[in-house]
Amino acid sequence: MTPSLQRHLNILDFALSSLWRRKGKNLSLLAVYTLIIFIIASIVFFTQALKREAGLVLQDAPDLVVQRMVAGRHDPIPVSYATAIAAIRGVSEVTPRYWGYYYDPVTGANFTLVAADDPQLKPEAIAIGSGVARTSRISIGDFLPLKDLKGSPVLFSVQKIFPSASELVAADLIQLRQEDFLRLFDFPSGRATDLAVSAGNPAELETIAAKIVHDFPDTRPILKSEMLRTYDSVFDWRSGLVLVVLAVAVLSFIIFAWDKATGLSAEEKKEIGILKSIGWETTDVLLLKSFEGIVISLSAFLAGVSLGYLHVFFFSVSLFEHALKGWSVLYPEFKLTPVIDPYLICLLFLLSVGPYIAATVVPSWLAATVDPDAAMRS
Amino acid sequence: MIMHPGVLALITGSLLTSAMILYAGWYGVRILRNWDLSSGSELQLALEKRTYLISTLLSYALGFELVSLFLFVFTADRLHLLFSGAMCAAGTLNANGFGYPLLILKLVNFLFAGIWLIVNHADNQGYDYPLIRFKYLLLVPLVPWSLLEFSYLFAYFSGLHADVITSCCGSLFSLERPGIAGDLVSLPVKPMRLAFFGTLGATLASGLFSWRSGKGFYPFSILSLATLLVSLASLVSFLCLYIYQLPSHHCPFCILQGEYHYLGYPIYATLLGGGLAGMGTGFLHPWRRRGSLQLVIPKLQRRLAGVAISLFALFLVIAAYQMVFSPFRLGE
Amino acid sequence: MIEVIEVSKSFNVGKVNQFDAVSRVSCRIMPGELTILKGPSGSGKTTLMTLIGCMARPSSGRIVLSGIGAGSLFGQDPDAAIEITSLPERFLTGIRRSAFGFIFQQFNLVRGISVLENVMLPAYPTGVNHKVLRERALTLLETFNIARHAQAQVGLLSGGEMQRVAIARALINDPSVIIADEPTAHLDSRLSREFMALVEGFKKGGKTVLIASHDPIVYDSSLADQVVEMRDGALVDGSLP
Ligand SMILES: Nc1ncnc2c1ncn2[C@@H]1O[C@H](COP(=O)(O)OP(=O)(O)OP(=O)(O)O)[C@@H](O)[C@H]1O
Ligand SMILES: [Mg+2]
Repeated sequence: MTPSLQRHLNILDFALSSLWRRKGKNLSLLAVYTLIIFIIASIVFFTQALKREAGLVLQDAPDLVVQRMVAGRHDPIPVSYATAIAAIRGVSEVTPRYWGYYYDPVTGANFTLVAADDPQLKPEAIAIGSGVARTSRISIGDFLPLKDLKGSPVLFSVQKIFPSASELVAADLIQLRQEDFLRLFDFPSGRATDLAVSAGNPAELETIAAKIVHDFPDTRPILKSEMLRTYDSVFDWRSGLVLVVLAVAVLSFIIFAWDKATGLSAEEKKEIGILKSIGWETTDVLLLKSFEGIVISLSAFLAGVSLGYLHVFFFSVSLFEHALKGWSVLYPEFKLTPVIDPYLICLLFLLSVGPYIAATVVPSWLAATVDPDAAMRS
Repeated sequence: MIMHPGVLALITGSLLTSAMILYAGWYGVRILRNWDLSSGSELQLALEKRTYLISTLLSYALGFELVSLFLFVFTADRLHLLFSGAMCAAGTLNANGFGYPLLILKLVNFLFAGIWLIVNHADNQGYDYPLIRFKYLLLVPLVPWSLLEFSYLFAYFSGLHADVITSCCGSLFSLERPGIAGDLVSLPVKPMRLAFFGTLGATLASGLFSWRSGKGFYPFSILSLATLLVSLASLVSFLCLYIYQLPSHHCPFCILQGEYHYLGYPIYATLLGGGLAGMGTGFLHPWRRRGSLQLVIPKLQRRLAGVAISLFALFLVIAAYQMVFSPFRLGE
Repeated sequence: MIEVIEVSKSFNVGKVNQFDAVSRVSCRIMPGELTILKGPSGSGKTTLMTLIGCMARPSSGRIVLSGIGAGSLFGQDPDAAIEITSLPERFLTGIRRSAFGFIFQQFNLVRGISVLENVMLPAYPTGVNHKVLRERALTLLETFNIARHAQAQVGLLSGGEMQRVAIARALINDPSVIIADEPTAHLDSRLSREFMALVEGFKKGGKTVLIASHDPIVYDSSLADQVVEMRDGALVDGSLP
């Protein structure tokens, strides 16, 4: 073994033993640090997982949706547009879609009602997401009353409950037959909510969309890729905001760490003075200090990230439940698919270890440059 | 501004690094003005203590520069979804005019910090701070460069706007953006290939010569820089095509992905490492006769040259392997 | 040989509380000899020893070391003359580590770690293998009859034992010069005499010894080859032979 490597090992050895000697102080530092990394990791993992789930949902979404806009608002689109759009070159199929939202005053929840072309669905029967089943406390065979436009309730029998695998998205879903949907909402005849357009060649979608706007200036075509993009940036935006708030937490941690590092106890100062007087050099003490920092930040990082990972993927973000429930009454009981993303791990590493290094570099240097003769005079 | 965690990490990191370098530069100037080794005055002793802080700061800055180079590319890759027409990091970088210049700035700062640390390492071996002036003069230009890097980073990310669905219409009519990297792609392949093997061969030969004889470090370091630049250009112009086995995919970033066996890492590591070590020899050369460094510098230079030629040779092997064994053939 | 030429050390230069702790001191310390620095409290003994021992740099004057094996750090003959006056800290430390062993008045042991680790501590940065180092430290502890306390915490030792640990620590890098600042200040007269017996052993082993003390047991000892007296930072006239 080369002397240089052995020197590192010797100093690492001493660093570990001096960390252990001051376990009270170091463990409290470690605990705070781990907590912060845990929160950051939970947020980052959670948004990432949500994005993934949203991506999965959109996988089944049509490549192109055409909406009608009236006075800047979304309006039912005449079904007659469908035939004209189907005639555009490259379009392989156009399907009118019927869907909408329903506010349930009993539970205070918003359901998504979708007209299904599922032939197995009986008239006046519905298939519901597990979130709906849970909030309304109903199961297969029970009836769910939905009020029509005039306010009189219509009873629907529950024929099927969607499995909770795709819980996050299907939780608030109610599927019913098209004629039931039209009747319930007294939907204007000859109109649909929007049109789903598919193309033989996805590369032509943009041209098709351009043609549609040209032919029907009152419509707005939305591409699936745009939808993904919008989702993505909305999620990022949300988590970004939270992270900014957290940055404040990190900042206070930095101050805390700084304080811990600069407020070297008299004993520690004396110890460094002794080390320097018996032949340790500034570089050696800096190395000692950086080993201490590496050990602390690495253990906090590993602990915080693994806890965050467990929290998000195995405990369904239970600690954030209350905060997230604000998003919707139908808070789904979901299990996110565990994924390990090296990019995120690196990112978290940088976000957590970087500030710690920045906070400790000057205090370590101050400690390391104690004059060696100071020990002669203590 | 896009609130991606990666963006936040890059901006925070870059801010911290710039602050560190600014601080180092400030004391660098004080050292340049007040340094007097023969004096045992308190000011001199305090300045000598500062040198430890400065080299620590610079090594962190170098580390961050290296990590953030990759992090930047990866974040760009993650963000490509947000821009219509962007297929990977290359597209995101093109989203506004700051992307590619920023990449170049990062590269320059990485090399700068690396060379500074090499010179610093040599200086620390001398018992009379032989390179102190040179070292801190070298630090001065790093300050504006790093500030520039930060402002570019900030400008780049704050100028990024996702092409999200707007109220009037989809974004798809925001047409193709003009390309910046296009020039590299359109370089003619044949002369490029010649230049690639030419510089790499010349560098290896000159490095071998320098390593054995302890002479000729100036040409070697210039050649190392040339190899770095030519190889990066060649990567875009034709090397990537062999790796992707596609005639038109020129992206120098996708090779970092798992689909291509993370080949980008050894490629960039050998290239950057080799370029840095090779250039370092030249920066040390003027001082090889300084009294206290007479024995140190020649040894260090040869070690650096050894490192540089081994890394370049490794790079050559990887590149040649791809070119020979890829089923893909470039149409001449 | 250690040559001190017109060395001064001032603190707080240019301020109202400027203080010249050592002023224009010249002396010579011959290899293999025991030199004793004596003088009243505050006369600058400790300060002069930190200058000689490469712990601090003089404000002016020169200190030249020769024949102590430090030359190899500079790519020269190990015993070549080295002027330490304006060396960077890493070189001063290098010399200090290889050539000097220090025994402090307060012993300066690190509390909370074992006796053995305390003895090994100065050699950690030199990159000696941990096992080799351990063996060396144990041998030293045996020489000073404290091997049975090797695993004890230093806080629990008696004054005399602490000093022997401090001496073992000073010898771990096999220095050629031993510097002791008021080594007997915390010892009773029996222990002080025992200490002088150890010093005799160092001299026999060919080591140069420099002791600062105002204890008559030390400066009146027959072992002393040279007694240098200081007052107010300067040498008392005629104190040099
Ligand atoms: N860092 C410092 N700043 C200011 N004054 C100092 C400093 N270090 C030492 N002095 C002063 O220098 C003078 C000499 O101190 P020194 O410790 O060398 O004396 P000494 O002879 O060893 O005394 P003693 O016998 O009490 O140990 C003292 O008056 C002390 O106050
Ligand atoms: Mg004293």
